Amino acid sequence: MIKLAAQQQNEIAAHGERDYPYECCGLLLGSFSEDGGGKVCSEIYPISNAREEEAKRNRFLIRPEELMRGEKYAASKSLDVVGFYHSHPDHPAVPSAYDLDHAWPVYSYIVVAVKSGRAEDLLSWEMQSDRSRFSGEEILNVS
Amino acid sequence: MSVTITIPTALRQFAGGLSQFEVEAGTAGEVLNQLSTQFADLRRHLYDDKNRLRSFVNVYVNDEDIRHQSGAETPVKDGDTLMIVPSIAGGATAEADLAAELPSLSNEEIARYSRHLIMPEVGVEGQKRLKAASVLMIGTGGLGAPLGMYLAAAGVGRLGIVDFDVVEFSNLQRQIIHGTKDIGRPKIESARDRLSDINPHVEIETHETRLTSDNALRLFRHYDIIVDGTDNFPTRYLVNDACVLSGKPNVYGSIFRFEGQASVFWAPRGACYRCLYPEPPPPGLVPSCAEGGVLGVLPGIVGAIQANETIKIILGAEGILVNRLLLFDAWAMKFRELKLRKDPQCPICGDSPTITELIDYEAFCGLSPNQQAEPPQLEEITATELKRRLDCGDDIQIIDVREPHEYEIARLPGTKLIPLSHVVNRMREIDPARETVLHCKGGVRSAKAIEALKLAAFPGRLINLKGGITAWSDEIDASVPKY
Repeated sequence: MIKLAAQQQNEIAAHGERDYPYECCGLLLGSFSEDGGGKVCSEIYPISNAREEEAKRNRFLIRPEELMRGEKYAASKSLDVVGFYHSHPDHPAVPSAYDLDHAWPVYSYIVVAVKSGRAEDLLSWEMQSDRSRFSGEEILNVS
Repeated sequence: MSVTITIPTALRQFAGGLSQFEVEAGTAGEVLNQLSTQFADLRRHLYDDKNRLRSFVNVYVNDEDIRHQSGAETPVKDGDTLMIVPSIAGGATAEADLAAELPSLSNEEIARYSRHLIMPEVGVEGQKRLKAASVLMIGTGGLGAPLGMYLAAAGVGRLGIVDFDVVEFSNLQRQIIHGTKDIGRPKIESARDRLSDINPHVEIETHETRLTSDNALRLFRHYDIIVDGTDNFPTRYLVNDACVLSGKPNVYGSIFRFEGQASVFWAPRGACYRCLYPEPPPPGLVPSCAEGGVLGVLPGIVGAIQANETIKIILGAEGILVNRLLLFDAWAMKFRELKLRKDPQCPICGDSPTITELIDYEAFCGLSPNQQAEPPQLEEITATELKRRLDCGDDIQIIDVREPHEYEIARLPGTKLIPLSHVVNRMREIDPARETVLHCKGGVRSAKAIEALKLAAFPGRLINLKGGITAWSDEIDASVPKY
């Protein structure tokens, strides 16, 4: 379960629409709850997608240097990286086998489907720790 | 050696909740091994089922990616910090592109590549990557011959070849992509025939042109990897600079006599050719293979190393020749390796580059006509004119400044042999009262001999035979063999 305010959901959707037809991406900053189960996302950290061609070819949306920068920014605000978001232009908000191959456990993977430039479904996924599959993760709307 | 490793948030629950972990180790690989031995659950997130570090797992030693250093062999010392940092992948269009990118293999291809397919390091996915890949070879000479043949055989999908030469007899001693029947044909045509015969599944693109500053970037754009099989400094710097500017790997090889070099210059990951050699040698200092000779099998070995590295880059293998210069001595049969470092001052791939576009490489290497080191006062004669004057009975002595073993191959009638290195010491053997014509194979060494004799205050008249004994063979007497 990840707690996500409507404001952050709107920002993710807007980022997906802005970068259409290219995919957008970014970090989810917040904190892990003490009991280990849930996450709270209090801020999103968009990654500038200035390299569409390269991203398309390499498929890596967030490079380690960018993630390190994001981690440092999060640390400066006493936050953690709790997951990532990206858009699926004209494609359902469902992770693929490729996503699974390249996923990390624990993190939330939020996917927003952007159809013809309009953001539609926004779903969150978390990989099983045995790497077998993604499970849907509940998004708890908070205000 | 006590080294600290930082565990990313996502993996802490697999590492007993620790955010940091201290181990005693000498290399980055040992650190990871100890970590994943102690925490078995962590292993499957770091390594794939082939026991390779997952492609999206990045390991930094003190803020530097080990892939840009020596991979798992990267040494660590007391007090170093290792960080595991993920790259995050995904995106629907990206996946669609990828599916379109990786082609399928027919049954015939599966049979053809079976020795690749049964190795997990290549496998079906690796073979598809090879099929999806494109490589541009600069030159189809000594290095290009084995390189092209192995890349075609390995199933690289698209091969571009750049050359403007025609096949000559003197090529066949080492350029095994061409045959005796190809004498006089453009090399790219002969190469295309041979490569298509080896593997008809490979798309061959021929570019019958000299690689220049005007066309290099346009040509490179259509290929993933560039392989440098050239034999001269201007083109070598041109290939390097164009690769740096387009961010593409430059698989480098060079050969001379019995010695070869190979490396992978890939600016985003390591040193480029200019980090190693900021300046070209003065013109004429390093002789070409045409002047100095080359053992025929040497380019076979070096070109095969280039093919090997090209295939590994396509497969995404570790341990490629980035930041490593391989030196091979065929006579001593010894390999040596030098470590290279990216030069922060490098004029093209350094921190503040001064070269931001392709330049005039002939001028850079001191070879422009207006910068030619040739002394203007050098008197020259053509073979035709020399023959005419000899036939008229003019009193001319001819000095051959080549080496004795060259003299064995071919000589002009009535000449005296004094090799270039002895010409000043044996100056007295040349009669200053007579007109003197000096010659060598192509006219370069005899010009140097004249320069040296003038410096040594030789009083007589010295004339250079333009084009050397080769011109004599072309213009006067075809029975004099060309070599």
